[in-house]
Amino acid sequence: MKSVSEVLAPNDSRENWIPLLEVAAREVFELMLSCQLTAPATPNETALEVTSMVGLAGRLCGVLSVRCDRKAAALMTSKMLGVALDKVGPEVADALGEIANMVAGNFKNKIVGLAEGCMLSPPTVITGSDYNLQSMSDSPALEIRLLFEGMLIVISLQIHS
Amino acid sequence: MPIRALIVDDSSVMRKIVERSLRQAGIDLTEVLQAGNGAEALAVLKENSVDLILCDINMPVMDGLEFIKQLPGIENAKGVPVVMITTEGSESHVVQALSCGARGYIRKPFTPEQVKEHVIPVLAGKS
Repeated sequence: MKSVSEVLAPNDSRENWIPLLEVAAREVFELMLSCQLTAPATPNETALEVTSMVGLAGRLCGVLSVRCDRKAAALMTSKMLGVALDKVGPEVADALGEIANMVAGNFKNKIVGLAEGCMLSPPTVITGSDYNLQSMSDSPALEIRLLFEGMLIVISLQIHS
Repeated sequence: MPIRALIVDDSSVMRKIVERSLRQAGIDLTEVLQAGNGAEALAVLKENSVDLILCDINMPVMDGLEFIKQLPGIENAKGVPVVMITTEGSESHVVQALSCGARGYIRKPFTPEQVKEHVIPVLAGKS
């Protein structure tokens, strides 16, 4: 097993974290929403109007975000709560925040040294698409694109050094 | 045996999921009390007795570890088993929670089966 310093060394290729991020996301959807995420066959550009973000601080600093459209967000909430889609109300932001929180927590628990040395912030959820998100990060985001019930979700981890 | 449970989590969605998981586990809930953080939960316990507490760790105002440290001073909480349900998965968090008096530890994400596996023995006094 690698030591913490080896795993988190600056020259460690964080591209290797993409499969772990995907597994973390798939597990959350399978266990909490009873559904399988699938890989998109073709590029799918949808207006991603709901953005849920969780900050990471400590041995790893950054922001994990989960983005999807309003319909996907409502369906996720419906599945989490076990209620009909037309019964979903203002809980959407809370549900999406919890999804981002669980993906971030599950991801950090898979990396040696991060489970203990990295804290999560309370989630923040933004709705609407007319905004620019500017990160002060000095590295490109790790990003995965998956389909939830045929609808695109984009999960990204913006890492700050 | 019917029980009263207190669910402590800053997410109302997660409180509902935990309640549903308890019911799916076959636990007969006569009443479910809820709190959004440790301080609210202490206030609930000053006025109400419960048979089981399920508690998140990361919460505003008062986190779950601080909350369970304060339970010995609450008459209604004496002997009441506490099970943590949290995204914090490190061994140090588990050890800290158990040393503070928690009787079980469930990592999010979880299934109703995992809730059953951890809660039933605690209610039966086997953990």
